[in-house]
Amino acid sequence: MIKISFPQLGDYEVPISYILSKCINGEIIRPLPITKRTIELGSKYAPDSVCIPFKYNLGNFIESLNNGCNYIIQAGGGCRYGYYGEVQEQILKDLGYEFKFINISKNNKITPSSLYRNLKELNHKLNFLKFTYHGLLTLLMIEYMDNIDNYIRLNVGFEKEKNSFYELKKEMLDDFFNNKGFISLTKSFMRYKKRFKKLEIDVPNDCLKIGIIGELYTSMEEYSNYFIEKELAKMNVRVKRFTNASYLLYKKKLHFKKMLRRSKKYVKYNLGADGLDNVYRTIKLIDEKYDGIIHIKPFGCTPEISAIPIIQKVCRDNNFPIMFLSFDYQTSEEGIKTRLEAFYEMVKEKRNNT
Amino acid sequence: MKDCYLGIDIGSISTKGVIIDDDNNIICSSYIDTNANPIKAIKVLLKNLKDGFDDKKYKIKNVGTTGSGRKLIATMIGAGTIKNEITSHAVGTITFHPDVKTILEIGGQDSKIIIIDNGVVVDYGMNTLCAAGTGAFLSSQAKRLNLDVKDFGDIAKKSTNPAKIAARCTVFAESDLVHKAASGYKIEDIVAGLGHSVANNYLNNVGKGKTIDSPIIFQGGVSKNSCVHRAFEKILNRDIIVDENGHLMGAIGIAIIARRENKECNFSFEVLNNDFATHTKECGKCPNNCEIMCITKDNVLIDSWGNKCENGAIKKSLN
Repeated sequence: MIKISFPQLGDYEVPISYILSKCINGEIIRPLPITKRTIELGSKYAPDSVCIPFKYNLGNFIESLNNGCNYIIQAGGGCRYGYYGEVQEQILKDLGYEFKFINISKNNKITPSSLYRNLKELNHKLNFLKFTYHGLLTLLMIEYMDNIDNYIRLNVGFEKEKNSFYELKKEMLDDFFNNKGFISLTKSFMRYKKRFKKLEIDVPNDCLKIGIIGELYTSMEEYSNYFIEKELAKMNVRVKRFTNASYLLYKKKLHFKKMLRRSKKYVKYNLGADGLDNVYRTIKLIDEKYDGIIHIKPFGCTPEISAIPIIQKVCRDNNFPIMFLSFDYQTSEEGIKTRLEAFYEMVKEKRNNT
Repeated sequence: MKDCYLGIDIGSISTKGVIIDDDNNIICSSYIDTNANPIKAIKVLLKNLKDGFDDKKYKIKNVGTTGSGRKLIATMIGAGTIKNEITSHAVGTITFHPDVKTILEIGGQDSKIIIIDNGVVVDYGMNTLCAAGTGAFLSSQAKRLNLDVKDFGDIAKKSTNPAKIAARCTVFAESDLVHKAASGYKIEDIVAGLGHSVANNYLNNVGKGKTIDSPIIFQGGVSKNSCVHRAFEKILNRDIIVDENGHLMGAIGIAIIARRENKECNFSFEVLNNDFATHTKECGKCPNNCEIMCITKDNVLIDSWGNKCENGAIKKSLN
């Protein structure tokens, strides 16, 4: 009997569980929410200087294996993340776990056909039509989730009833998971979009707007960025974030030429992973008259390290406030809060003086 | 009876307190070691301040706290204003040096750079993940060399050829230092080299990518160390001002912020008679195991924090 699990990544656990449950004849062991224990386990067995997403993934795997899973799916690409699967498999095997490791990324890339081939190996009855149907449905689900998420990010800081946004979102994700096809999913999306718009908010005219850019994992998995969006929401800030699953899966490709054109004053070629994207976003946020940018990355993230001097130059040229944060396994949340608070004060003062 | 304001800056290594009046005159101040015991430190600090304070002439209207222990201390003494140390340092410095462009600040565990344009903070940087090249490093090396860190300035003055000590990382710097000492370098050259190493480390880390314009002010505990001060002047090739109250600037800043907020809080030196204690609890209700900090006043719980969700909330009534 197949008992399959995968790494945690924000709320995308829902669509991933969905496609697996439709394409595989077995049990889905949904990864536990990331906690301190996850990262403790991950850090204990991971190489010390590897970047933090590796450690979170490894912790997820160990927790799932302890819950009885015997198949693990890993994917990733763009930077050295694309090679993490092999190392993680070896570490887990050395720890004595017995399981099959399925790495969807081949040659540092994920394609629909590689996903199909891998799923087909697990379920011989799977045909291409069924795979395509559920694959597209999953993509649509991700698209809808990201659409709602963008709305939440802009407005959650001003909710009148505490937690009303996140509670409704939880309900929505359950509904999405139990959809009965394209029409039912779209109807459900429209219903929830309406309900979100009905949630009462109180937005002052002069609220601050801050953009979050940076590496993809720390952007999407809120535990790994110390809930930076929620902290900003507490300060009544509108937050914009570009990186999400729909962006990485298909929008990024469509934007590539435009990004290079808009950033050509600073960048001549692709920087790898999301480096170019972040330079482009910096320019875009400045143009859109945002108040500040927070750049987040795991400690030692190479593509972002090469993008940072360029981003710094863009900001210097435009006299624009930016803050850089690096995350690793540590417990000093207070330090992050101090820096956020100082950045908020700085941006507010700047706004008041112009 | 005149109004005055108390500002407390509780850092990892030292605790600073000042009382200022409406015209930013310092009525009294105190600077002591935290010794990793903020509760005890705050009592000593308040006692020092009380001794230099005329309570018939002045009344403390508001109290502000800043520094890494700001929340704990604010809960303890009932402060009305809590602000991060970056804002506090900037406000304090701008008040006394309105034309300042760059603030270099090195404290016991952290270092920061604040860029100011026309009296407004426009950029700042702060060390993350690593406390290399801060006061803690200098004092531990002083112990290794069997010297008092306060004498570093005078010793380094004698140096003609500062030893080159790696600036990237404290651990490498330390092994460099041991190696240089073993290979026969004079003590003054090593001490001067340490100063350079701290300054270089700072400029390569928090100072990276920042525009450092004059006037530059150097503050924080390490600014009292003239060997680091001279190293900065030499590397940047510019004059650097060290304010005589530089080590108190965070406390002065938060006192000014406390005044500007126009709030009143019920502070009295009577808190010296209360018995405060803290204890941490592991929540244990889910695998995250949040560490919850509880603070008690005369054995009554007054506040707790650290829980990520409502499950871990410790109710005051339940104690």
